[in-house]
Amino acid sequence: MTERQMISLTVNGQVHEVAVEPRRLLSDVLRDDLGLTGTHVGCEHGVCGACTILIDDQPARSCLTYAVQMEGHEVTTIEAIGRDGLSPFQQAMHEEHGLQCGFCTPGIIMTFEAYLRDNPNPDEAEIRDVLSGNLCRCTGYQPIVAAVLKAAARQREERQ
Amino acid sequence: MAPIWSDSDLKPAPFHYHRPSTIEEAIGILARHGSDAKPIAGGQSLGPMLNMRLARPAHVVDLNDLVELDYVRGAADWIEIGAMTRHHRVATAPEIARDFPLLAAAAATIGHYPIRQRGTLGGSLVHADPAAQLPLIAVLTNAVVLVRGPNGPREIAAAEFFQSVMTVSLASDELVTAVRFPRPPVATGWGFELFSRRRGDFAMVAVAAMLAPVGSSGVEALIALGGIGPKPLRLAPIAERLDAGSTSWAGRIASQMAALEIEDDKFIPAAFRRELASSLTEQALLAAAARMQRAHT
Repeated sequence: MTERQMISLTVNGQVHEVAVEPRRLLSDVLRDDLGLTGTHVGCEHGVCGACTILIDDQPARSCLTYAVQMEGHEVTTIEAIGRDGLSPFQQAMHEEHGLQCGFCTPGIIMTFEAYLRDNPNPDEAEIRDVLSGNLCRCTGYQPIVAAVLKAAARQREERQ
Repeated sequence: MAPIWSDSDLKPAPFHYHRPSTIEEAIGILARHGSDAKPIAGGQSLGPMLNMRLARPAHVVDLNDLVELDYVRGAADWIEIGAMTRHHRVATAPEIARDFPLLAAAAATIGHYPIRQRGTLGGSLVHADPAAQLPLIAVLTNAVVLVRGPNGPREIAAAEFFQSVMTVSLASDELVTAVRFPRPPVATGWGFELFSRRRGDFAMVAVAAMLAPVGSSGVEALIALGGIGPKPLRLAPIAERLDAGSTSWAGRIASQMAALEIEDDKFIPAAFRRELASSLTEQALLAAAARMQRAHT
């Protein structure tokens, strides 16, 4: 075991002081130390996408990140999305039945919140390429693609 | 009932964490700890290896504060890209899309969107997976890998840099700082093809090709293959007349392909890899020819 060190971790705009071993995964610190269990843990080697969070507004795997690395960076988790009512993508997921068991959903939401912000007009092939980074074992991909398309269209309307 | 594990049993083996703020400081830490230390860049390949304890370095040296290594810089003859440049930037930077679209296209196929936000050019090269995209493009174009260590900088040609499976010619106290890709000739056509069972997986075989006009009636083809053996491999350049028929091309490529030693394992037999290598090469060349023609008209 190596020494724990005190780090200050900014999550969803709030600063937390936590003592962590350097090897603690960000996903575990979020869930176990901060109680933010909306970030799900699946494969723990970057494949399944369930633990996707935002680091400085860009999507990343929290299972491939150590909490110590996040000092000086801003982490955003699913708990920050839809605080004041569902986000457009969450609303579209609801309407299109884009979730069944819901395990993969937080990672998918985080991925596409960032993706749609930077790519307001994606086509279906691009959406499928991005969605390939999130495994859904309920095999619900069709409605998720429909939800992304719907949310993108609504966001474009809102911006006009 | 108490759980049979505790959090100190799970996942990466313990390590000391270092976060240098300069390249010199990073090299100093590496020099001090030798092969006990491992630099971490984007962590998209090393992270899984640590989580599965396939790698157990005593010291992890985080390079993410070395923001001066995140850049794209063009010169007359080359495009230099800093080692900490993320794949997403390589895939989307306007100057790369314009001047070296093959590199952008290859980078856009690495892993998945969130993986590309973290993974870096330098990390991919040093990790040296035999099927990885960026080592393949480096070998195809004979890029120069810029390295720095305690004795200063040195340059290594891509062909010498990659030694074998996940093995590069880099001392434990050296860092890759950038890669210098030769600028493809004007009107070069390109093709990039890979085959994997699932989107975002490592390719079984990947092929990159460039067709460059030579004079008014000639063309030179560069072809490199990844995933067929321990490291990416470039075929001898093929010079042809612009109006050469496909049989002439096919014959010259087939003779080089036949001489290749192709990896065989119980999941992917050599015969399958060989078939992929030749069909992906054909597709990459056809795409390159179409793009070269478009650049001409």
